Amino acid sequence: MYALISLVKIVIALVLLLTAVAYSVWLERKVVGHIQNRWGPTRVGPFGLLQPLADGAKFLFKEDLTPPYVYKPLYIAAPMISVIFALTSIAVIPIGNSITVGGIRTPLQIADVNIGLLIVLGITSMGVYGIALAGWSSNSKYSLLGSLRASAQMVSYEIALGLSLIGVLIMSGSFSLREIVDAQGGTFWGFIPRWNIFQGQFVAFFIYLMAAFAETNRIPFDLPEAETELVAGYHTEYSAMKFAMFFMAEYANMITVACLASLLFLGGWHGPLFGPAWLQELLPIAWFALRIFGFLFLYIWIRGTLPRFRYDQLMSFGWKFLFPLAIANLVITALIVALKA
Amino acid sequence: MPQNYVPIFLFIALIGVLLPVTLLAAKLVRPDNPSKAKLMPYECGIDPIDSARGRYTVRYYIVAILFVVFDVETIFLFPWAVKFKALGAFGLLEMLIFLLILVVGYIWIWKKGALEWV
Repeated sequence: MYALISLVKIVIALVLLLTAVAYSVWLERKVVGHIQNRWGPTRVGPFGLLQPLADGAKFLFKEDLTPPYVYKPLYIAAPMISVIFALTSIAVIPIGNSITVGGIRTPLQIADVNIGLLIVLGITSMGVYGIALAGWSSNSKYSLLGSLRASAQMVSYEIALGLSLIGVLIMSGSFSLREIVDAQGGTFWGFIPRWNIFQGQFVAFFIYLMAAFAETNRIPFDLPEAETELVAGYHTEYSAMKFAMFFMAEYANMITVACLASLLFLGGWHGPLFGPAWLQELLPIAWFALRIFGFLFLYIWIRGTLPRFRYDQLMSFGWKFLFPLAIANLVITALIVALKA
Repeated sequence: MPQNYVPIFLFIALIGVLLPVTLLAAKLVRPDNPSKAKLMPYECGIDPIDSARGRYTVRYYIVAILFVVFDVETIFLFPWAVKFKALGAFGLLEMLIFLLILVVGYIWIWKKGALEWV
């Protein structure tokens, strides 16, 4: 029974996630289009809403070149590794309390484990393997440079990312994402929500946000893909479905870090509840989705606004600014919590 | 509970099946007519010079070493942070000493120029 419920949840989560990935690409093209005074996709369906489907079909029917000079096993495995690790972290992310369907009460989470945060961090950091292997096995100069840059950038910012979460862990005292969210319920003086960002973790939130942008290789940290110098970086030699997989992995990673930011800093699915019982059951999911949408919009907004860093600026920002800031935040949080206790 | 982890592996297995199936399905429907020009390594339309597996700067190597040092430290911090309230003043003092040693090392590598990219 447990396995069957899990399987149903996995299929639903996978469909939702892939739809979200497809439509965040649409959203990005649309929003960036409007920022640049263009229309974005308009031809396929109303407001270009069927564009993701058309893109998917195109990826399927495109010629897939496997150049003869690549190291074939890794060349084929690399995009799959990227996608698997990008999608898997959603398995431990809760999207709401629990829900009753057909008399069965089940948590809105595929795997309710008590070390959820560690699993998400572990799985997302495996994503660097897909990129490194893709760049190396392609046997092309652009790919190798792109993957070297990506690996160095991702490992550098992973430290700041990990350190920024320690403040939250000190406050909540649990690795379980569900318990971390539960600890953020309620309000101060009746109107300020007790989210971690309002409990003194706003510096940590800033560090997390910067590090998350770098981890997902988004502008202003998109040096691994820098179109103007490296063509497309690690996926220069990829085409058709394999290219689409890298694309999917990138957007799935964006959604994962948005989920994590909402859960850890912005109170997860907490929000005002009203109306009849069925609405109260569904409202938390809507609040959570709203936060993720906000993050995706922020990603796109920043992409449409900021230029790209230089590589030495990127490295010194990570190592000389974010890292000491994260250490300072951690020590101050620890001292304040210790003084309060 | 151990059975809570089963769905994660189920999830990985399902994607692990889905992806090769997608690639095979694409193989059945897509055209396949490679030519010599299409199969050349992409180098902005110029014939490639030299092997792609050339030398690259040693900085990447230094970043990798620093990553190992500081990431292990973060792993130490995680369990400490979760049990922070239970460990009390002793735990706080211990970790402050640990961080102090680490920060001294950090200042040293900064002074040595390991964090400079150029």
